[in-house]
Amino acid sequence: MLLNEFLLLGAALFAIGVYGVLARRNGVMVLMSIELILNSVNINLVAFGALHGTVVGQIFALFVITIAAAEVGVGLAIVLMLYRNRASIDLDEVDAMRG
Amino acid sequence: MVAQHIAFGFIAASVIIGALRVVTTGNVVHAALWLVMVLAGVGASFLLVGAEFVGVTQILVYIGAIIVLFLFGIMLTRAPIGREVQLTNRNWAIGVVVALAIAGVLGYALIDAFGTDKLPDESRQFTATVSDTLFQQYLIPFEVVSVLLLAALVGAIVLARKE
Repeated sequence: MLLNEFLLLGAALFAIGVYGVLARRNGVMVLMSIELILNSVNINLVAFGALHGTVVGQIFALFVITIAAAEVGVGLAIVLMLYRNRASIDLDEVDAMRG
Repeated sequence: MVAQHIAFGFIAASVIIGALRVVTTGNVVHAALWLVMVLAGVGASFLLVGAEFVGVTQILVYIGAIIVLFLFGIMLTRAPIGREVQLTNRNWAIGVVVALAIAGVLGYALIDAFGTDKLPDESRQFTATVSDTLFQQYLIPFEVVSVLLLAALVGAIVLARKE
């Protein structure tokens, strides 16, 4: 298998995730797009680990999975608070800190 | 080897289609379910490259836990279950341009740098090796990550509880 097959899959997933973060209005869907980005990173880590015959790539992928779980927990709590305070999770309306 | 390529093509197609549906579908719940397909595909690609432990962890943690969290988030923010009128913002065209630019630059750089690199035929890494490395060389980062998880847990409770 070519290394590039995995790397290009990761790059495509990353670009789709960036589009989702930029274009979505719903806070929960922005968090889902961030998950796509984190998964593309994991594909790269595991593929490079396999290329060099080491498990270090997999270990870093495990760390990324753990931190993604923590990030989703805190992120959803923030979105929930946003909903409780403003009865809406439309990120376009969250402009209290706009200059 | 041919079977691997066919399997990879199938996995890659399902991951890309699922990811596109996650960012374009007009239904919040459907987006979470398409995300399951993407995460399962990524887990399958880990298995294909021989990373068995990460593949299984991907399925357990992402599909078992994170998707459930997302569905709870969707439920608690009372998203309309049917089609929503406007889930993308006014500037989505700029998002398309940025995403295409990123894909182009990354694709060019990857093909330029790793055009002919081949993965070794036998790249399987056993779970025992992963655990040995994790609990010897990477023990301190592992403990730090567990403290981070605890902090995130406490933070999420503090943020989400009622006053």
